[in-house]
Amino acid sequence: MDAANAQDPMVPHRYRVAEVWEELDDVTTMSLLPVDGPPRPFKAGQFNMLYAYGVGEAAISISGDPAVPERLIHTTRNVGRVSAALTRLRAGDMLGVRGPFGSDWPVEDQKGRHMLFVAGGLGLAPLRGAVCQALANRLEYEEVSLLFGARSPDDLLYRSQVAEWGAFSGANVEVTVDMAARGWTGHVGVVTTRLERILGTSDPANVSVFICGPEIMMRFTAQDLTELGVPASRIWVSMERNMKCALGFCGHCQWGPDFVCKDGPVFRYDQIGKRLAIREI
Amino acid sequence: MQAAPGDSFVISSPAPLIGALVGAGWRVIGPQEVDGTIAYEELRTADDLPRGRTDDQEAGHYRLTEGRPEAWFDYVVGPQSWKKWLYPSRRKLWSATKTADGFEIDDRAEDYPKTAFFGVRPCEIAAIERQDAVFDNGSFTDTDYARRRAATLIVAVQCARSAATCFCASMNTGPHAEEGFDLALTELDPDGDHRFLLQIGSAQGAALADGLPLRDATGDDHATARLAAAHAAAQQTRRLPADIAPRLKGKEDHPGWQAVAEKCLHCANCTLACPTCFCSDVEDTNDLTGDHTERWRVWDSCFSLDFSYIHGGAVRQDPAARYRQWLTHKLSSWHDQFGSSGCVGCGRCIAWCPVGIDITEEAAVIARDDG
Amino acid sequence: MELHSIKDLLADHPVFKDFDEETLDLLAGCGRNEHFAKGSLIYKEGDEADKVYIIRRGDVAIEIAAPGRPAIVVETLNQGDVAGWSWLVPPYRSSADARAVTEVSAVSLDANCVRGKCDDHPALGYQIFKTWLPHLTKRVRAQRLQLLDLYGAG
Repeated sequence: MDAANAQDPMVPHRYRVAEVWEELDDVTTMSLLPVDGPPRPFKAGQFNMLYAYGVGEAAISISGDPAVPERLIHTTRNVGRVSAALTRLRAGDMLGVRGPFGSDWPVEDQKGRHMLFVAGGLGLAPLRGAVCQALANRLEYEEVSLLFGARSPDDLLYRSQVAEWGAFSGANVEVTVDMAARGWTGHVGVVTTRLERILGTSDPANVSVFICGPEIMMRFTAQDLTELGVPASRIWVSMERNMKCALGFCGHCQWGPDFVCKDGPVFRYDQIGKRLAIREI
Repeated sequence: MQAAPGDSFVISSPAPLIGALVGAGWRVIGPQEVDGTIAYEELRTADDLPRGRTDDQEAGHYRLTEGRPEAWFDYVVGPQSWKKWLYPSRRKLWSATKTADGFEIDDRAEDYPKTAFFGVRPCEIAAIERQDAVFDNGSFTDTDYARRRAATLIVAVQCARSAATCFCASMNTGPHAEEGFDLALTELDPDGDHRFLLQIGSAQGAALADGLPLRDATGDDHATARLAAAHAAAQQTRRLPADIAPRLKGKEDHPGWQAVAEKCLHCANCTLACPTCFCSDVEDTNDLTGDHTERWRVWDSCFSLDFSYIHGGAVRQDPAARYRQWLTHKLSSWHDQFGSSGCVGCGRCIAWCPVGIDITEEAAVIARDDG
Repeated sequence: MELHSIKDLLADHPVFKDFDEETLDLLAGCGRNEHFAKGSLIYKEGDEADKVYIIRRGDVAIEIAAPGRPAIVVETLNQGDVAGWSWLVPPYRSSADARAVTEVSAVSLDANCVRGKCDDHPALGYQIFKTWLPHLTKRVRAQRLQLLDLYGAG
């Protein structure tokens, strides 16, 4: 290794915010353009470390379409100091970006199958690129379905795009919320209650599922899917852990023998399913 | 005398070697007595070495005491390890300055002169190699670590004595190192025909040896060195079983974790003293104007509650879960990650635990009940 | 003709898929076809639970009314579900409102009639217990998850 000339992976690249969209009360989406050098290609499911000047870094999944790498798209919920600073950024502001990091959703490998995406809450953000990829090649899949669960009708991320996927892009979309007032004509109930229906008449052995959402939701969804006959080796989940470096150096994201930053965040369920049930691991 | 890697010679004292290193422009870091412990600091001459000192170590106990007055290396490892030089406890990653339309990043690396580690014990060579694998993990290279490592020369000291906390023999990391050094010294017969066996481990080591007052090593010199290593190994009473890694798997609910957690203060001493523990955090510091900011990497510990924080709370709330993470990572999942144990048997975590928790005992408890 | 078609409708429903002819005949005698217009109330909290609804088509919202705000939908039921479990347990009173979100077609079973047949044919009662309990369990499990308010923080 040529240590003298190697690029230090802890030093970010500078990007500038091109556009900001207010998604929900505490959630914004922004598109970013590189200041130093060309845009870096990414795969759906990967993440970047976003740096807010003087505040710090946070791991944020990439929500853009890998076919359009020129613009980095990130959706951030204001849940802490760094994410608060990130959600305050406006067009023209500068931020730091390291990445892309981590494993990706193996969308291409699922061609010929019923490709089901199960998203919970903000879990749609890391799946968005993969949904775009599958719908761009819609006819190469037996079916493309999205089962999207959120807390309430007011908490539905990418609302217009989800509607468009269902109406024009050939996706079979089901939206369900945990709680609604009368007037909501969609479903009420957790995503697991809709699995059987969204699988429809597909042979479960020919179904592939990418799940992203709170860990408990992923655990129960994957369990129910295997009970319905979907092979555990055709289910993938995206994990979240504390991350400081994204390089496998800082140790924070260890989850059993895996570093979520570089061995994940996307894991195949048959390889980690047992671990999901272990407390405080 | 023309030295080559693999050769062995005899030298009467470590002093000429330190003199040669300093003379050749090396910064020499070696053992010194600091605050009643062995610490690794810069040496100017051999007189800085803690000659005549030995140590008394047990679980939760460490004292430097008077040893054989002539012996240069009768102590073993103290609370510090070489990681403080290769992987400093605080390091500035980079800084940034505000500009009219954003910020500029300054990532110039801190100076690290060519440095000789003098007095590296076999278990510590193993520890450095374990960290080498961590910081060059096949996907990413820690460029700062790599730069320091490439500029570092290793002069080992083979162990002729073990402390009660040592268990390197069961970890195959000591008390004698066959490789991983540029030069290695073995202290022979301090009370009689006092001399040192000097093994050449690399071309760089050979070049340094060339200028030294050496004689060829005899069969008797080698035999005495082998005896010293065998003696050190025989002194060890603690051990970890060779198959400890698989035996710790699937034991997440073992009651032993709760039992040890009742003693553990989660003070993180073990992780700071451990020569392989590598976890870190990043801190941002700003000046009052906000025009200048710095990012610092600092050592962190899996024993702290914040370590596993994700929004909503820490994943490992229970101290038992944090102890479990440390021990299973060190002894079991490290194998999955890096192909070796994360433990080198140096015993630091045993001696420096304020309540005397012994990793060999705790691992044995968890491994014992299969079921 | 009417009896025959009810039996077929029941046989098509997942809850009854493992029932034999004889049992289905027994149950069909208690059943009738029902249709509800979009927005209409199927049953109301506090009503006598005199029927259980085997949903064939459409969506049903289970609502709990609250003063000063719109009713809260706690669950939606669809084709393949069963609405109205209170018929099984004393005091046989509905514990929530059920409203048709879309046009709904269902087979209703008269609760008194089914309870009576179960008393006469304990084997029928046991079969209903065995095949329906898993459906109830699933709903309880789903509602536990719902209680966790998983998406609240993230």
